Amino acid sequence: MCGIVGLFLKDKSLEPELGRLLSDMLITMTDRGPDSAGIAIYGAEAPGFAKITVQSPDPARDFPGLDARLAAVTGVTVDLAVKDTHAVLTVPEASLDAVRAALVTVAPTVRVMGAGASVEIFKEVGLPRQVVERFGIAAMAGSHGIGHTRMATESAVTTLGAHPFSTGPDQCLVHNGSLSNHNNLRRELKRVGVAFETENDSEVAAAYLTAAMRGGKDLGKALEGALADLDGFFTFVVGTRSGFGVLRDPIACKPAVMAETDRYVAFGSEYRALVNLPGIEEARIWEPEPATVYFWDHAKAA
Amino acid sequence: MPVFDLAVAPLRDLNAALHAVGAGANDTHFEVVNPRGHHAVAVGADAPVTIAVRGSVGYYCAGMNAEAAITIHGSAGPGVAENMMSGTVVVEGDASQYAGATGRGGLLVIKGNAASRCGISMKGIDIVVHGNIGHMSAFMAQSGNLVVLGDAGEALGDSLYEARLFVRGSVKSLGADCIEKEMRPEHHAILADLLARAGVEGVAPSEFKRYGSARKLYNFNIDNVDAY
Repeated sequence: MCGIVGLFLKDKSLEPELGRLLSDMLITMTDRGPDSAGIAIYGAEAPGFAKITVQSPDPARDFPGLDARLAAVTGVTVDLAVKDTHAVLTVPEASLDAVRAALVTVAPTVRVMGAGASVEIFKEVGLPRQVVERFGIAAMAGSHGIGHTRMATESAVTTLGAHPFSTGPDQCLVHNGSLSNHNNLRRELKRVGVAFETENDSEVAAAYLTAAMRGGKDLGKALEGALADLDGFFTFVVGTRSGFGVLRDPIACKPAVMAETDRYVAFGSEYRALVNLPGIEEARIWEPEPATVYFWDHAKAA
Repeated sequence: MPVFDLAVAPLRDLNAALHAVGAGANDTHFEVVNPRGHHAVAVGADAPVTIAVRGSVGYYCAGMNAEAAITIHGSAGPGVAENMMSGTVVVEGDASQYAGATGRGGLLVIKGNAASRCGISMKGIDIVVHGNIGHMSAFMAQSGNLVVLGDAGEALGDSLYEARLFVRGSVKSLGADCIEKEMRPEHHAILADLLARAGVEGVAPSEFKRYGSARKLYNFNIDNVDAY
């Protein structure tokens, strides 16, 4: 099954509520997937700085002093904010790649969940309520976000196998379904230099979109390409620095409901995920068509 | 008049009360408020009661219905009125996937649009959709009538048996073994009756085209292998 939620805010006055609204939506979808859960939040940007969300299997060992050790290697100031098994490193934008490279030697067991100007990603094994409480998601503000609760089918129940998958700066994807050509596609993407952390089919979908966008496509065009190149069942909800997209395969047997008002665009695997959103009674509610790209972008709306 | 507020009452209480309605009961109107997308609302009703659901429901609302007249004042999730035996189910909003699947009797009316696989494997149910229907609708439909006032998606009536399909708008494509057929007087009569019972006004049966089975896939014939 798996449950997906997404919320893209148009009304800035709702931004302080993003974490709370998204957490409620995800908790409602708990019985679609009890194995692991995760959430990506696009929060405030600090000009000139970038964020790296990292995860450790042993936070008590890895996180104390990690900022100082990274600073010693890279020569830049690193800010460290620990949240349970995750930590958000804030670094000068120009030093993002250098800090990521330094992580490999300074803290080899620490894994990168995602990086970019805006996105923070938190995911763990367990039920959505436990996961959002561990990371204090409800208190987080932001402009848009996506969440996922997983019923594992294609690969192991681990933190890395949880969604969202992030394979490029400020990009992330959640997936309900299963891909049938992910092994082939993974080989092809590896050949053009894409690195993979897991055997998960959804990571391949995320990496496919990252590679397409690196090649110059916007998210909308990348999603159109996915219709031709990905085989299997999927409902994807994806986020970029300023954008939010939805795509279902041509068979479209994985459920999806969308709602739009003047204040937001929302996605849920089921309608009941949307019932607590403000003004849902007056929202335009529809089921996204198969093989049709839906895409909103703050940058384009501005 | 029993009222079940699903914000506080367990769903099981509602369905148990519906199943407990005995012959000669005089409390025959049920109200369901705050369904909030709950699954399996008003499933297995088996008596001539009326049920008003005030809001949108999740999966399988009004499944297996017999005799009851159920109105959903909102939209319905996947599998509304699945395997209905008799009675009527009216959805005031939209319906998600496989509305009326495997239904054996009764009338399902969807006043908005229905998504994919509407009437899949229908076995005697009548379905009237005021709006459009999605792809693979009436797949392997065996008997009954599917009436669509709007448009139909891809592969309408794939591997169809003897169900009749009436579509007023466009059909994106026909599935294997489904063909357009002549509208004869008996079809006009069937359609006029269904439109009237579904509350459709100002629409004439002559505005519809009829689709049905070419009956080439009933028995395996190597000449038809490409059609499977």
